Amino acid sequence: MCLAVPGRVLDIGEKDGTRMATVDFGGVQKEVCLEYLPDLQVGEYAIVHVGFALQRLDEESAKQTLELFAQLGMLQEEFGDPWEQAAAVGGDPWPFTDDPDLEPGPASEPAPALAAPQEEGRP
Amino acid sequence: MKYIEEFQDPDLARRLLDDIHATVTRPWALMEVCGGQTHTIIRHGIDQLLPEQVELIHGPGCPVCVTPLEVIDKALEIASRPDVIFCSFGDMLRVPGTGRDLFQVRSEGGDVRVVYSPLDALRIAQQNPKRQVVFFGIGFETTAPPNAMTVHQAKKLGIPNFSLLVSHVRVPPAIEAIMRSPSCRVQGFLAAGHVCSVMGVREYPELAARHRVPIVVTGFEPLDILEGVRRAVRQLERGEHTVDNAYARAVRPEGNPAALAMLEDVFEVTDRAWRGIGVIPDSGWRLSERYRDFDAEHRFSVTGINTLEPAECRSGEVLQGLLKPHECEAFGTLCTPRSPLGATMVSSEGACAAYYLYRRLELGTVPSAKAANPAVAAPTAASAPLEASPVV
Repeated sequence: MCLAVPGRVLDIGEKDGTRMATVDFGGVQKEVCLEYLPDLQVGEYAIVHVGFALQRLDEESAKQTLELFAQLGMLQEEFGDPWEQAAAVGGDPWPFTDDPDLEPGPASEPAPALAAPQEEGRP
Repeated sequence: MKYIEEFQDPDLARRLLDDIHATVTRPWALMEVCGGQTHTIIRHGIDQLLPEQVELIHGPGCPVCVTPLEVIDKALEIASRPDVIFCSFGDMLRVPGTGRDLFQVRSEGGDVRVVYSPLDALRIAQQNPKRQVVFFGIGFETTAPPNAMTVHQAKKLGIPNFSLLVSHVRVPPAIEAIMRSPSCRVQGFLAAGHVCSVMGVREYPELAARHRVPIVVTGFEPLDILEGVRRAVRQLERGEHTVDNAYARAVRPEGNPAALAMLEDVFEVTDRAWRGIGVIPDSGWRLSERYRDFDAEHRFSVTGINTLEPAECRSGEVLQGLLKPHECEAFGTLCTPRSPLGATMVSSEGACAAYYLYRRLELGTVPSAKAANPAVAAPTAASAPLEASPVV
Protein backbone atom coordinates (compact mmCIF):
# COMPACT_ATOMS: atom_id res chain seq x y z
CA MET A 1 0.00 0.00 0.00
CA CYS A 2 2.92 2.34 0.56
CA LEU A 3 4.37 1.67 -2.86
CA ALA A 4 3.34 4.35 -5.29
CA VAL A 5 3.13 3.48 -8.96
CA PRO A 6 4.39 5.73 -11.77
CA GLY A 7 1.86 6.84 -14.34
CA ARG A 8 1.53 9.20 -17.31
CA VAL A 9 -1.04 12.01 -17.35
CA LEU A 10 -3.46 11.62 -20.27
CA ASP A 11 -5.86 14.49 -19.63
CA ILE A 12 -6.64 17.03 -16.95
CA GLY A 13 -9.99 18.36 -15.75
CA GLU A 14 -11.84 19.53 -12.68
CA LYS A 15 -14.28 17.77 -10.38
CA ASP A 16 -15.99 19.30 -7.35
CA GLY A 17 -13.50 22.17 -7.54
CA THR A 18 -10.56 19.78 -7.48
CA ARG A 19 -7.89 19.33 -10.14
CA MET A 20 -8.14 15.76 -11.43
CA ALA A 21 -6.46 13.77 -14.20
CA THR A 22 -6.76 10.52 -16.06
CA VAL A 23 -3.48 8.67 -15.56
CA ASP A 24 -2.23 5.62 -17.43
CA PHE A 25 -0.35 2.94 -15.49
CA GLY A 26 1.04 0.62 -18.13
CA GLY A 27 -2.39 0.11 -19.69
CA VAL A 28 -4.62 0.57 -16.65
CA GLN A 29 -6.23 3.98 -16.41
CA LYS A 30 -7.34 5.62 -13.18
CA GLU A 31 -8.71 8.94 -12.04
CA VAL A 32 -6.03 10.76 -10.04
CA CYS A 33 -6.12 13.90 -7.89
CA LEU A 34 -3.52 16.54 -8.82
CA GLU A 35 -4.02 18.87 -5.86
CA TYR A 36 -0.59 17.97 -4.47
CA LEU A 37 1.15 18.50 -7.83
CA PRO A 38 -0.95 21.32 -9.24
CA ASP A 39 1.40 22.21 -12.09
CA LEU A 40 1.67 18.67 -13.49
CA GLN A 41 0.91 18.70 -17.22
CA VAL A 42 -0.48 16.27 -19.78
CA GLY A 43 2.27 13.89 -20.93
CA GLU A 44 4.30 14.16 -17.72
CA TYR A 45 4.93 11.26 -15.34
CA ALA A 46 4.36 11.18 -11.61
CA ILE A 47 4.39 8.64 -8.84
CA VAL A 48 0.81 8.09 -7.76
CA HIS A 49 -0.38 6.64 -4.47
CA VAL A 50 -4.01 5.72 -3.72
CA GLY A 51 -5.26 8.08 -6.39
CA PHE A 52 -3.03 11.05 -5.63
CA ALA A 53 -0.02 12.27 -7.61
CA LEU A 54 2.73 12.83 -5.05
CA GLN A 55 5.94 13.60 -6.94
CA ARG A 56 7.17 14.10 -10.50
CA LEU A 57 9.26 11.40 -12.11
CA ASP A 58 11.28 11.47 -15.31
CA GLU A 59 10.00 9.38 -18.19
CA GLU A 60 12.86 6.89 -18.23
CA SER A 61 12.64 6.14 -14.50
CA ALA A 62 8.89 5.85 -14.73
CA LYS A 63 9.02 3.39 -17.61
CA GLN A 64 11.71 1.27 -15.94
CA THR A 65 9.73 1.10 -12.71
CA LEU A 66 6.50 0.25 -14.51
CA GLU A 67 8.26 -2.53 -16.40
CA LEU A 68 9.69 -3.93 -13.18
CA PHE A 69 6.33 -3.72 -11.39
CA ALA A 70 4.69 -5.56 -14.28
CA GLN A 71 7.34 -8.32 -14.05
CA LEU A 72 6.90 -8.60 -10.30
CA GLY A 73 3.12 -8.82 -10.56
CA MET A 74 2.73 -5.66 -8.53
CA LEU A 75 0.47 -3.97 -11.07
CA GLN A 76 -1.88 -6.93 -10.70
CA GLU A 77 -1.67 -6.52 -6.94
CA GLU A 78 -2.44 -2.81 -7.19
CA PHE A 79 -5.13 -2.85 -9.84
CA GLY A 80 -6.47 -6.43 -9.80
CA ASP A 81 -9.62 -7.52 -7.99
CA PRO A 82 -8.84 -7.19 -4.25
CA TRP A 83 -11.68 -9.54 -3.21
CA GLU A 84 -10.44 -12.23 -5.53
CA GLN A 85 -6.92 -11.79 -4.14
CA ALA A 86 -8.19 -11.88 -0.54
CA ALA A 87 -10.24 -15.00 -1.30
CA ALA A 88 -7.17 -16.66 -2.78
CA VAL A 89 -5.11 -15.86 0.29
CA GLY A 90 -7.67 -17.33 2.65
CA GLY A 91 -8.91 -20.18 0.47
CA ASP A 92 -12.44 -18.88 0.87
CA PRO A 93 -15.32 -19.12 -1.60
CA TRP A 94 -15.62 -16.30 -4.06
CA PRO A 95 -17.67 -14.48 -5.22
CA PHE A 96 -20.06 -13.92 -2.34
CA THR A 97 -23.47 -15.42 -2.87
CA ASP A 98 -25.25 -12.07 -2.61
CA ASP A 99 -23.18 -10.26 -5.21
CA PRO A 100 -25.79 -9.05 -7.68
CA ASP A 101 -23.49 -8.94 -10.66
CA LEU A 102 -21.66 -12.19 -10.18
CA GLU A 103 -22.59 -15.81 -10.36
CA PRO A 104 -22.02 -17.49 -7.00
CA GLY A 105 -19.62 -20.34 -7.06
CA PRO A 106 -16.59 -21.90 -5.53
CA ALA A 107 -13.30 -20.07 -5.40
CA SER A 108 -11.20 -20.18 -8.46
CA GLU A 109 -7.70 -21.52 -8.13
CA PRO A 110 -5.62 -19.31 -5.87
CA ALA A 111 -3.95 -16.82 -8.05
CA PRO A 112 -1.67 -13.88 -7.73
CA ALA A 113 -0.40 -11.67 -4.99
CA LEU A 114 -0.34 -13.42 -1.66
CA ALA A 115 -1.52 -16.85 -2.65
CA ALA A 116 0.37 -19.70 -1.04
CA PRO A 117 3.90 -20.16 -2.37
CA GLN A 118 3.89 -20.75 -6.07
CA GLU A 119 5.04 -23.97 -7.54
CA GLU A 120 7.39 -22.40 -10.02
CA GLY A 121 10.84 -21.78 -8.72
CA ARG A 122 10.61 -24.55 -6.18
CA PRO A 123 13.45 -26.95 -5.68
CA MET B 1 26.63 -14.17 -6.66
CA LYS B 2 23.99 -16.48 -8.01
CA TYR B 3 20.73 -15.07 -9.37
CA ILE B 4 22.35 -11.73 -10.12
CA GLU B 5 21.54 -12.22 -13.82
CA GLU B 6 17.92 -11.74 -12.86
CA PHE B 7 18.50 -8.12 -11.91
CA GLN B 8 17.19 -5.44 -14.21
CA ASP B 9 20.75 -4.34 -14.95
CA PRO B 10 23.03 -7.24 -13.92
CA ASP B 11 26.24 -5.38 -14.79
CA LEU B 12 25.35 -2.44 -12.58
CA ALA B 13 24.20 -4.78 -9.82
CA ARG B 14 27.53 -6.61 -9.99
CA ARG B 15 29.49 -3.34 -9.83
CA LEU B 16 27.51 -2.17 -6.80
CA LEU B 17 28.00 -5.50 -5.06
CA ASP B 18 31.70 -5.52 -5.88
CA ASP B 19 32.01 -2.06 -4.39
CA ILE B 20 30.20 -3.11 -1.21
CA HIS B 21 32.38 -6.22 -0.89
CA ALA B 22 35.50 -4.10 -1.37
CA THR B 23 34.40 -1.50 1.17
CA VAL B 24 33.37 -3.69 4.09
CA THR B 25 35.95 -4.43 6.75
CA ARG B 26 33.72 -5.01 9.79
CA PRO B 27 30.21 -6.29 10.59
CA TRP B 28 27.39 -3.78 10.12
CA ALA B 29 23.63 -4.08 10.74
CA LEU B 30 21.33 -1.95 8.57
CA MET B 31 17.57 -1.67 8.90
CA GLU B 32 15.37 -1.21 5.85
CA VAL B 33 12.36 0.65 7.17
CA CYS B 34 9.91 0.05 4.32
CA GLY B 35 8.06 -3.26 3.96
CA GLY B 36 8.20 -2.86 0.19
CA GLN B 37 11.97 -2.83 0.47
CA THR B 38 11.83 -5.99 2.58
CA HIS B 39 9.91 -7.76 -0.18
CA THR B 40 12.43 -6.65 -2.80
CA ILE B 41 15.31 -7.87 -0.61
CA ILE B 42 13.82 -11.29 0.07
CA ARG B 43 12.44 -11.79 -3.42
CA HIS B 44 15.79 -11.09 -5.04
CA GLY B 45 17.90 -12.69 -2.35
CA ILE B 46 19.77 -9.41 -1.88
CA ASP B 47 20.54 -10.28 1.75
CA GLN B 48 22.35 -13.37 0.51
CA LEU B 49 24.31 -11.53 -2.18
CA LEU B 50 25.76 -9.06 0.31
CA PRO B 51 28.99 -9.72 2.22
CA GLU B 52 28.50 -11.79 5.36
CA GLN B 53 29.42 -8.78 7.46
CA VAL B 54 26.41 -6.78 6.19
CA GLU B 55 23.18 -7.81 7.86
CA LEU B 56 19.84 -6.41 6.76
CA ILE B 57 17.31 -6.13 9.56
CA HIS B 58 13.66 -5.77 8.61
CA GLY B 59 11.91 -2.75 10.08
CA PRO B 60 8.37 -1.79 11.07
CA GLY B 61 7.48 -0.16 7.75
CA CYS B 62 4.31 -2.03 6.92
CA PRO B 63 1.32 0.16 7.78
CA VAL B 64 -1.11 -2.73 7.66
CA CYS B 65 1.03 -4.76 10.05
CA VAL B 66 1.38 -2.08 12.70
CA THR B 67 -2.28 -1.06 12.84
CA PRO B 68 -3.29 -1.92 16.43
CA LEU B 69 -5.58 -4.85 17.04
CA GLU B 70 -7.99 -2.58 18.90
CA VAL B 71 -8.43 -0.41 15.80
CA ILE B 72 -8.94 -3.48 13.60
CA ASP B 73 -11.60 -4.69 16.03
CA LYS B 74 -13.29 -1.27 15.96
CA ALA B 75 -13.28 -1.43 12.17
CA LEU B 76 -14.87 -4.88 12.24
CA GLU B 77 -17.51 -3.68 14.70
CA ILE B 78 -18.40 -0.59 12.65
CA ALA B 79 -18.36 -2.55 9.39
CA SER B 80 -20.90 -5.00 10.85
CA ARG B 81 -23.53 -2.33 11.37
CA PRO B 82 -26.44 -2.43 8.92
CA ASP B 83 -26.51 1.34 8.36
CA VAL B 84 -22.81 1.51 7.49
CA ILE B 85 -20.91 1.18 4.23
CA PHE B 86 -17.34 0.45 5.29
CA CYS B 87 -14.65 1.32 2.74
CA SER B 88 -11.04 0.17 2.88
CA PHE B 89 -7.98 -0.49 0.80
CA GLY B 90 -7.80 -4.10 -0.32
CA ASP B 91 -4.79 -5.04 1.79
CA MET B 92 -6.81 -4.70 5.01
CA LEU B 93 -9.27 -7.44 4.07
CA ARG B 94 -7.27 -10.31 5.51
CA VAL B 95 -5.71 -8.61 8.52
CA PRO B 96 -6.85 -10.62 11.54
CA GLY B 97 -8.74 -8.87 14.29
CA THR B 98 -9.86 -10.75 17.35
CA GLY B 99 -11.25 -13.87 15.72
CA ARG B 100 -12.22 -12.52 12.29
CA ASP B 101 -11.33 -10.13 9.49
CA LEU B 102 -13.08 -7.76 7.07
CA PHE B 103 -13.44 -10.52 4.50
CA GLN B 104 -15.49 -12.50 6.99
CA VAL B 105 -17.59 -9.47 7.93
CA ARG B 106 -18.43 -9.11 4.26
CA SER B 107 -19.32 -12.77 3.93
CA GLU B 108 -21.62 -12.38 6.96
CA GLY B 109 -23.51 -9.60 5.17
CA GLY B 110 -21.63 -6.47 6.15
CA ASP B 111 -21.41 -3.84 3.41
CA VAL B 112 -17.62 -3.74 3.07
CA ARG B 113 -16.29 -2.14 -0.10
CA VAL B 114 -12.75 -1.90 -1.40
CA VAL B 115 -11.74 1.39 -2.96
CA TYR B 116 -8.67 2.39 -4.93
CA SER B 117 -8.63 5.91 -3.51
CA PRO B 118 -10.18 7.51 -0.41
CA LEU B 119 -11.93 9.91 -2.81
CA ASP B 120 -13.87 6.89 -4.08
CA ALA B 121 -15.24 6.43 -0.55
CA LEU B 122 -16.30 10.07 -0.50
CA ARG B 123 -18.15 9.53 -3.78
CA ILE B 124 -19.94 6.52 -2.28
CA ALA B 125 -21.03 8.79 0.59
CA GLN B 126 -22.43 11.31 -1.90
CA GLN B 127 -24.33 8.56 -3.67
CA ASN B 128 -25.73 7.07 -0.45
CA PRO B 129 -26.85 10.06 1.63
CA LYS B 130 -29.04 7.93 3.93
CA ARG B 131 -26.19 5.68 5.02
CA GLN B 132 -23.02 6.28 6.98
CA VAL B 133 -19.85 5.78 4.95
CA VAL B 134 -16.69 5.10 6.93
CA PHE B 135 -13.22 4.95 5.39
CA PHE B 136 -10.44 3.03 7.12
CA GLY B 137 -7.64 5.61 7.22
CA ILE B 138 -4.45 3.75 7.97
CA GLY B 139 -0.95 4.21 6.63
CA PHE B 140 2.30 6.13 6.92
CA GLU B 141 3.17 9.58 5.63
CA THR B 142 2.55 8.45 2.06
CA THR B 143 -1.10 7.62 2.65
CA ALA B 144 -1.97 10.32 5.18
CA PRO B 145 -2.06 13.23 2.66
CA PRO B 146 -4.64 11.55 0.38
CA ASN B 147 -6.80 10.80 3.42
CA ALA B 148 -6.31 14.35 4.71
CA MET B 149 -7.44 15.77 1.37
CA THR B 150 -10.52 13.53 1.42
CA VAL B 151 -11.63 14.78 4.84
CA HIS B 152 -10.92 18.34 3.72
CA GLN B 153 -13.16 17.74 0.69
CA ALA B 154 -15.90 16.19 2.84
CA LYS B 155 -15.94 19.33 4.97
CA LYS B 156 -15.76 21.68 1.99
CA LEU B 157 -18.56 19.90 0.11
CA GLY B 158 -20.65 19.42 3.26
CA ILE B 159 -20.94 15.64 3.13
CA PRO B 160 -22.24 14.79 6.62
CA ASN B 161 -22.44 11.01 6.26
CA PHE B 162 -18.68 10.50 5.67
CA SER B 163 -16.15 9.76 8.40
CA LEU B 164 -12.63 8.45 8.79
CA LEU B 165 -11.47 5.72 11.16
CA VAL B 166 -7.97 7.07 11.68
CA SER B 167 -4.85 5.11 12.56
CA HIS B 168 -2.04 6.95 10.82
CA VAL B 169 1.56 6.40 11.89
CA ARG B 170 4.80 8.36 11.43
CA VAL B 171 8.21 6.90 10.65
CA PRO B 172 10.71 9.16 12.53
CA PRO B 173 9.32 8.40 16.02
CA ALA B 174 9.54 4.70 15.17
CA ILE B 175 13.22 5.12 14.27
CA GLU B 176 13.69 6.95 17.56
CA ALA B 177 11.99 4.12 19.50
CA ILE B 178 14.10 1.48 17.76
CA MET B 179 17.32 3.33 18.54
CA ARG B 180 16.32 3.76 22.18
CA SER B 181 15.63 0.07 22.66
CA PRO B 182 18.30 -1.61 24.82
CA SER B 183 18.37 -4.56 22.44
CA CYS B 184 18.85 -2.39 19.35
CA ARG B 185 21.57 -3.57 16.97
CA VAL B 186 20.81 -1.17 14.12
CA GLN B 187 23.76 0.93 12.97
CA GLY B 188 22.28 2.50 9.86
CA PHE B 189 18.90 3.03 8.20
CA LEU B 190 17.62 2.72 4.67
CA ALA B 191 14.79 5.26 4.90
CA ALA B 192 11.51 4.66 3.07
CA GLY B 193 11.62 6.43 -0.29
CA HIS B 194 7.96 7.18 -0.79
CA VAL B 195 7.50 8.49 2.73
CA CYS B 196 10.30 10.94 1.94
CA SER B 197 8.63 11.87 -1.37
CA VAL B 198 5.99 13.52 0.80
CA MET B 199 7.93 14.52 3.91
CA GLY B 200 11.32 15.36 2.42
CA VAL B 201 14.31 14.71 4.64
CA ARG B 202 13.91 17.51 7.19
CA GLU B 203 13.10 15.16 10.08
CA TYR B 204 16.22 13.03 9.69
CA PRO B 205 19.41 15.09 10.24
CA GLU B 206 18.74 15.51 13.94
CA LEU B 207 17.99 11.79 14.33
CA ALA B 208 21.13 10.80 12.43
CA ALA B 209 23.32 13.11 14.48
CA ARG B 210 21.86 12.24 17.89
CA HIS B 211 22.04 8.49 17.40
CA ARG B 212 25.15 8.59 15.22
CA VAL B 213 23.50 6.53 12.47
CA PRO B 214 23.66 7.13 8.74
CA ILE B 215 20.20 7.47 7.20
CA VAL B 216 20.09 6.83 3.45
CA VAL B 217 16.84 7.60 1.63
CA THR B 218 16.34 4.54 -0.54
CA GLY B 219 13.93 3.39 -3.25
CA PHE B 220 12.57 -0.13 -3.43
CA GLU B 221 13.83 -1.53 -6.71
CA PRO B 222 16.68 -4.06 -6.40
CA LEU B 223 19.32 -1.65 -7.65
CA ASP B 224 17.98 1.06 -5.31
CA ILE B 225 18.49 -1.25 -2.36
CA LEU B 226 22.04 -2.10 -3.38
CA GLU B 227 22.87 1.57 -3.83
CA GLY B 228 21.33 2.41 -0.44
CA VAL B 229 23.39 -0.33 1.23
CA ARG B 230 26.52 0.82 -0.59
CA ARG B 231 26.15 4.40 0.63
CA ALA B 232 25.28 3.37 4.19
CA VAL B 233 28.25 0.99 4.42
CA ARG B 234 30.60 3.66 3.05
CA GLN B 235 29.47 6.08 5.75
CA LEU B 236 29.83 3.49 8.49
CA GLU B 237 33.32 2.50 7.38
CA ARG B 238 34.33 6.17 7.42
CA GLY B 239 32.71 6.84 10.79
CA GLU B 240 30.17 9.23 9.25
CA HIS B 241 26.51 9.57 10.15
CA THR B 242 24.71 11.92 7.81
CA VAL B 243 21.50 11.92 5.78
CA ASP B 244 22.01 10.90 2.16
CA ASN B 245 19.42 10.84 -0.62
CA ALA B 246 19.91 7.83 -2.90
CA TYR B 247 16.42 8.18 -4.39
CA ALA B 248 16.69 11.68 -5.82
CA ARG B 249 14.58 10.88 -8.85
CA ALA B 250 11.50 10.71 -6.61
CA VAL B 251 12.52 12.59 -3.44
CA ARG B 252 13.07 16.33 -3.19
CA PRO B 253 14.70 17.47 0.06
CA GLU B 254 11.71 19.66 0.82
CA GLY B 255 9.18 16.89 0.11
CA ASN B 256 5.80 17.90 -1.23
CA PRO B 257 4.87 21.31 0.26
CA ALA B 258 1.18 21.13 -0.71
CA ALA B 259 0.80 17.74 0.94
CA LEU B 260 2.65 18.90 4.05
CA ALA B 261 0.36 21.92 4.36
CA MET B 262 -2.74 19.73 4.12
CA LEU B 263 -1.36 17.32 6.72
CA GLU B 264 -0.81 20.19 9.11
CA ASP B 265 -4.33 21.50 8.55
CA VAL B 266 -6.24 18.24 8.93
CA PHE B 267 -4.18 16.20 11.39
CA GLU B 268 -2.39 16.70 14.67
CA VAL B 269 0.37 14.58 16.15
CA THR B 270 -0.65 12.10 18.83
CA ASP B 271 0.74 9.09 20.65
CA ARG B 272 -0.11 5.89 18.80
CA ALA B 273 -0.04 2.20 19.69
CA TRP B 274 1.75 -0.01 17.15
CA ARG B 275 0.57 -3.58 16.85
CA GLY B 276 3.00 -5.92 18.56
CA ILE B 277 5.20 -3.03 19.70
CA GLY B 278 3.13 -0.83 22.01
CA VAL B 279 2.66 2.91 22.34
CA ILE B 280 5.29 5.12 20.73
CA PRO B 281 5.08 8.79 21.77
CA ASP B 282 4.12 11.25 19.01
CA SER B 283 4.15 8.44 16.45
CA GLY B 284 0.71 8.99 14.96
CA TRP B 285 -1.79 11.44 13.60
CA ARG B 286 -5.40 12.03 14.52
CA LEU B 287 -7.91 14.46 13.08
CA SER B 288 -7.45 17.96 14.41
CA GLU B 289 -10.22 19.70 16.33
CA ARG B 290 -11.54 21.42 13.20
CA TYR B 291 -12.25 18.06 11.58
CA ARG B 292 -13.33 16.11 14.67
CA ASP B 293 -16.89 15.77 13.28
CA PHE B 294 -15.44 13.48 10.62
CA ASP B 295 -13.78 11.15 13.12
CA ALA B 296 -15.53 7.76 13.07
CA GLU B 297 -14.46 7.05 16.63
CA HIS B 298 -16.40 10.10 17.77
CA ARG B 299 -19.36 9.35 15.53
CA PHE B 300 -19.75 5.71 16.50
CA SER B 301 -19.71 4.51 20.05
CA VAL B 302 -17.50 1.46 19.85
CA THR B 303 -17.04 0.17 23.33
CA GLY B 304 -16.78 -3.13 25.11
CA ILE B 305 -14.24 -4.59 22.71
CA ASN B 306 -12.02 -7.23 24.21
CA THR B 307 -8.99 -7.63 22.05
CA LEU B 308 -7.21 -10.94 22.10
CA GLU B 309 -3.78 -11.15 20.49
CA PRO B 310 -2.67 -14.74 19.81
CA ALA B 311 -0.01 -15.63 22.36
CA GLU B 312 2.05 -17.46 19.76
CA CYS B 313 2.39 -14.42 17.49
CA ARG B 314 5.83 -12.81 17.66
CA SER B 315 5.24 -10.23 14.95
CA GLY B 316 6.15 -7.43 17.34
CA GLU B 317 9.69 -8.78 17.54
CA VAL B 318 9.76 -9.19 13.76
CA LEU B 319 8.61 -5.58 13.32
CA GLN B 320 11.38 -4.33 15.61
CA GLY B 321 14.03 -6.32 13.81
CA LEU B 322 14.66 -8.54 16.84
CA LEU B 323 13.55 -11.74 15.12
CA LYS B 324 13.62 -12.99 11.53
CA PRO B 325 10.25 -14.40 10.41
CA HIS B 326 11.50 -17.96 9.94
CA GLU B 327 12.94 -17.94 13.45
CA CYS B 328 9.40 -17.82 14.85
CA GLU B 329 8.18 -21.28 15.88
CA ALA B 330 4.73 -20.65 14.43
CA PHE B 331 6.08 -19.59 11.01
CA GLY B 332 4.67 -21.81 8.27
CA THR B 333 3.00 -24.14 10.74
CA LEU B 334 0.54 -22.43 13.10
CA CYS B 335 0.85 -19.27 11.02
CA THR B 336 0.37 -19.17 7.24
CA PRO B 337 -1.29 -16.67 4.87
CA ARG B 338 -4.46 -18.76 5.02
CA SER B 339 -4.38 -18.97 8.77
CA PRO B 340 -2.38 -15.96 9.99
CA LEU B 341 -1.68 -15.19 13.61
CA GLY B 342 -0.61 -11.65 12.81
CA ALA B 343 -0.84 -9.11 10.02
CA THR B 344 2.80 -9.55 9.01
CA MET B 345 1.81 -12.88 7.42
CA VAL B 346 -0.95 -11.47 5.18
CA SER B 347 0.02 -7.93 4.34
CA SER B 348 1.54 -7.41 0.91
CA GLU B 349 4.37 -5.60 2.69
CA GLY B 350 4.66 -7.89 5.70
CA ALA B 351 8.04 -9.44 6.46
CA CYS B 352 6.55 -12.85 7.30
CA ALA B 353 4.60 -12.84 4.03
CA ALA B 354 7.82 -12.06 2.15
CA TYR B 355 9.62 -15.03 3.69
CA TYR B 356 6.62 -17.28 3.14
CA LEU B 357 6.28 -16.25 -0.50
CA TYR B 358 9.81 -16.05 -1.73
CA ARG B 359 12.02 -18.33 0.30
CA ARG B 360 12.30 -21.96 -0.75
CA LEU B 361 10.46 -24.00 1.84
CA GLU B 362 10.03 -27.70 2.14
CA LEU B 363 6.31 -28.35 1.91
CA GLY B 364 4.84 -30.78 4.35
CA THR B 365 1.54 -31.49 6.02
CA VAL B 366 1.97 -29.94 9.40
CA PRO B 367 -1.21 -29.41 11.44
CA SER B 368 -2.23 -25.79 11.32
CA ALA B 369 -4.37 -23.69 13.64
CA LYS B 370 -7.35 -24.22 11.37
CA ALA B 371 -6.65 -27.81 10.45
CA ALA B 372 -10.00 -28.84 11.89
CA ASN B 373 -11.61 -27.04 8.98
CA PRO B 374 -10.34 -28.57 5.75
CA ALA B 375 -11.74 -25.66 3.75
CA VAL B 376 -9.13 -23.36 5.21
CA ALA B 377 -6.35 -25.83 5.82
CA ALA B 378 -3.33 -24.34 4.17
CA PRO B 379 -0.31 -25.85 2.57
CA THR B 380 2.22 -25.51 5.32
CA ALA B 381 5.93 -25.28 5.46
CA ALA B 382 8.11 -27.40 7.66
CA SER B 383 10.74 -25.66 9.68
CA ALA B 384 13.51 -26.73 7.37
CA PRO B 385 16.39 -24.31 7.07
CA LEU B 386 15.89 -21.71 4.41
CA GLU B 387 17.79 -22.03 1.23
CA ALA B 388 18.90 -19.35 -1.15
CA SER B 389 16.09 -17.41 -2.69
CA PRO B 390 15.58 -17.52 -6.42
CA VAL B 391 14.12 -14.65 -8.32
CA VAL B 392 10.68 -15.81 -9.27
